[in-house]
Amino acid sequence: MSLSKDQVKDIATLARLTIAADEMDDVVDKLSRIVDFVDQLQAAPTDGVVPMAHPLNTCQRLRPDTVTESNERERIQANASAVQDGLYLVPKVLD
Amino acid sequence: MSQEHDALHTRTLCELRQGLADGEFSATELTEALLARIAGAGEVLNAFITMTGEQALATAADADKAIANGDMKPLTGLPLVHKDLFCTRDVLTTCGSHILDAFVSPYDAAVVERLGAAGAVMLGKTNMDEFAMGSSTETSYFGAVKNPWDLSLSPGGSSGGSAAAVAARLVPAATGTDTGGSIRQPAALTGTTGIKPTYGRVSRYGMVAFASSLDQAGVITRSAEDAALLLGVMAGFDPRDSTSSEEPVPDYLAALSRPLKGLRIGIVREHFDEGLDADNEDLVRAAIAVLEQQGATTVEVSLPNLDLSVPTYYVVAPAECSSNMSRFDGVRFGHRADNPVDLMDLYCRTRSEGFGTEVKRRIMTGTYVLSAGYYDAYYLQAQKVRQLISQDFKAAFEQVDVIAGPTTPTPAFALGDKMDDPITMYLNDIYTIGANLAGLPGISVPCGLVGGLPVGLQLVGPHFAEETLLACAHQYQQLTDWHRIVPGDFA
Amino acid sequence: MNTAWEVVIGLEIHAQLATSSKIFSGASTAYGSDPNTQACLVDLGYPGVLPVLNAEVVRMACKFGLAVNATIPSRSVFARKNYFYPDLPKGYQISQYELPIVVGGELLITGDDGQEKRIRITRAHLEEDAGKSIHEGLGEYSGIDLNRAGTPLLEIVSEPDLGSAKEAVAYMRKIHSIVRYLEICDGNMQEGSFRCDANVSVRPRGQTELGTRAELKNLNSFRFIEKAINYEIERQIELLEDGGEVRQETRLYDSDRNETRPMRSKEEANDYRYFPDPDLLPVELDAAFIASVRDTLPELPDAKRQRFLADYGIKQDDAIILTASRQLADYFEAAATASSAPVQTVAHWVIGDLSAALNRDGIDITGCALSALQLAGLLDRIDDNTISGKIAKEVFEAMWSGEGSADDVIEARGLQQITDSSAIDSIVDAVIAANPGQVAEFRAGKDKLIGFFVGQVMKETGGKANPRQVNDALKRKLAAP
Repeated sequence: MSLSKDQVKDIATLARLTIAADEMDDVVDKLSRIVDFVDQLQAAPTDGVVPMAHPLNTCQRLRPDTVTESNERERIQANASAVQDGLYLVPKVLD
Repeated sequence: MSQEHDALHTRTLCELRQGLADGEFSATELTEALLARIAGAGEVLNAFITMTGEQALATAADADKAIANGDMKPLTGLPLVHKDLFCTRDVLTTCGSHILDAFVSPYDAAVVERLGAAGAVMLGKTNMDEFAMGSSTETSYFGAVKNPWDLSLSPGGSSGGSAAAVAARLVPAATGTDTGGSIRQPAALTGTTGIKPTYGRVSRYGMVAFASSLDQAGVITRSAEDAALLLGVMAGFDPRDSTSSEEPVPDYLAALSRPLKGLRIGIVREHFDEGLDADNEDLVRAAIAVLEQQGATTVEVSLPNLDLSVPTYYVVAPAECSSNMSRFDGVRFGHRADNPVDLMDLYCRTRSEGFGTEVKRRIMTGTYVLSAGYYDAYYLQAQKVRQLISQDFKAAFEQVDVIAGPTTPTPAFALGDKMDDPITMYLNDIYTIGANLAGLPGISVPCGLVGGLPVGLQLVGPHFAEETLLACAHQYQQLTDWHRIVPGDFA
Repeated sequence: MNTAWEVVIGLEIHAQLATSSKIFSGASTAYGSDPNTQACLVDLGYPGVLPVLNAEVVRMACKFGLAVNATIPSRSVFARKNYFYPDLPKGYQISQYELPIVVGGELLITGDDGQEKRIRITRAHLEEDAGKSIHEGLGEYSGIDLNRAGTPLLEIVSEPDLGSAKEAVAYMRKIHSIVRYLEICDGNMQEGSFRCDANVSVRPRGQTELGTRAELKNLNSFRFIEKAINYEIERQIELLEDGGEVRQETRLYDSDRNETRPMRSKEEANDYRYFPDPDLLPVELDAAFIASVRDTLPELPDAKRQRFLADYGIKQDDAIILTASRQLADYFEAAATASSAPVQTVAHWVIGDLSAALNRDGIDITGCALSALQLAGLLDRIDDNTISGKIAKEVFEAMWSGEGSADDVIEARGLQQITDSSAIDSIVDAVIAANPGQVAEFRAGKDKLIGFFVGQVMKETGGKANPRQVNDALKRKLAAP
């Protein structure tokens, strides 16, 4: 099932990716091939089969409610490109 | 340099451990020798992204003091390298990507912590497919890694740098990660031993996530014995990883000499079809025959849904990755686009500039299969097929103790060969992917050469059967020499 | 009220669970710290980090479920809700989708018709809170503070059973009361630990099909919610009566202008691509666990109110006020139990003078200057006639300022009531003698003047004469000779 250009554009927007105009055809082609390839799964006999989310059949462990982390802001923010007064900066968002 | 030092790079980890304990050479001498070798003969392979020579020498000096005090831990003074997917504190951690090419991790991954605490000396971070997405180490932002057996060929991927470094005897051991075969396949294509443990056996804390329900940390070494040594240190419960197993860690070294007599080996009918290179097949069958000579028996088993494993993987892995990659937005760390006009521009340009083609392709595939209207047909369906594949293995393991077969369909392929059609590249993983989907442990060991290129034998076991796999691999390696053969240029 | 239209409202309440650490990390949840000083690597969504679930969060969610008679399924699953926003570091929120931790439930409110009305709860699920954005003072930037990222939230979703703004507020108050009783949430709306979104739609009365709904956000006080919903109802009715259509959209309430307007950043429809979070395993809760949580449930507001009515015989309205918060109810009960004064008096004082003093100083019962026992001590002194009710108010204020117990103040200020009849008689005699004109008027029939005489006696005694005795003495002595 091939994808259309519009579909690919929508997907790219959802994923916050830009596709250059001269790349678009190739991207559509490659993605379509992948989708065609995985379409084989449609024929698999999965009636009544429970989807497997995890390979091991165990349940979530719980941790005690204690504070174990301390303030390391300066060290951690050394990795950020745009910080002011301890805040991470982004282009202004309007609500 | 003395005679002994010339030979240091040819020794296994266990041999080096003995040498250090015997005082034959110092940890510092060993580290210096390997650093020199990497800088010299190793340059051509592009196996490394970052070298940590200064830090390594400091650790080696500490190791020498410890050795002098008779205070040896399991890995004191032993050199290794980490795939650049593992976070290393205060050291560049790039995941082979432009988006993290200046990222200095503020913390150590559990694997790095544990190996470090056991005394290991980290020499550097190895090159890899970007964010572990690839089977040839060609998607790395830092350029492809070359196969030491033939520099025009790929070493496989995504742990290509780790495999090449070990194969070329630059280091005795390297960590790797395996989501669809990324340890086992490069091990097979480079004539090294690579193990992917059971899902949950080794902590994923600090191992940058690609596909969270499939990723597992492991090692690439020259021998099963070395792998057993390292796995014993790496494995075990970590409270920081909710998917970490509390299953106790056995003594893998002690288990190596378990007799093969009575071991039931499954031969999968579906493995041996026209997709498998005939020469590969011959070597694999010959390897199995060696095991039979030691008293193992073979049983034909079936994994009827085997050929659905690649499409299943290429729905599940991209879906999980598409979500895992969303944190890379330039806001808190990593590459950030210059002068963004608004938030949308910040996100789109940062990510489009920062990620390579394959990563973007998988993010989009994943976004598509999770999107409204497609979730049931793709993601949910894939999770159901995953269940079927797991059930196939479970049924097989009721009749056999291990499954033996080829690791890859062919030996190493040329760089640039499979980059045109993603599907061709994806099909490389046909034999390895099933173990990831079912969370099973798998190991690849060298079992021969085809046209001068290595071929791997893969053993897959039920959950937490690492002891059986390592014993089987070790004893095979006692009887054969394939794992000792070094590529000509790197002898 | 417009009878041609029926209003349909559903509320989504986000209650921040009062744990010490975050839902998936060990960072602190304390309010008010400097930006990003409580955001650890897990909260920041750094590469390679992983979530681990806080046990207390599970316990608190179960408590809530049990308190509203919901089902706690034995298995619930965390899911990723994928979208991009700067206050959401991972680019997805860990939430619950198909298998939440609480399913169903209900509570009772008083409906618009004065009758008891059952409001159904659809579900309650756990999720992590996002960070905060600051849009002022940073030029062309917004600043992101991720201290709040990872704070545990319980999202409580009601069925669209509410029929008016008043009912919505009643339901919200009920939930507010319950979560505070359970001590799972401090209910502080100014600090954002209790937030409400309202889904509002209208339909012609009698129609079964639901109208298009608008989602109202930024409702951070009970008063605003009522106003916002009422504004929205009117807006939608006007729109429909004019032949227009209601757009399904998110609207923000502007309290300055008392209006709702569409929220710009949410204009594009979002495909959240929910899928089970592979980093977390299913939460499995067995009957033994649920039973152990049930054992820790306190008496809930409705039950407490019924008990107060039955055991203490106080008025319905008073019972409602006294049980609004568990701490106030406990205070009242402790005082009533300790004091020999009639329960009515205790209730009167707690609802009246004590609450007034708390309001005046802007504190709640947990910060009260007087303990329940101290209040009981004061009320005992009224009951045993040591002081009058009026003097008691003076003593109360002195106790409030920290001058000690009732007895300490009475002693220090010499406020003991005069109850010696001969002393009272002589003062009454003196007052009568000093005011012959008023005496004559009183005897001539001006009964109201009794107040004047009482006042005069009180003036003479500094307010300390026992009022009843004064009245009796005056009546006796003013009676025509």
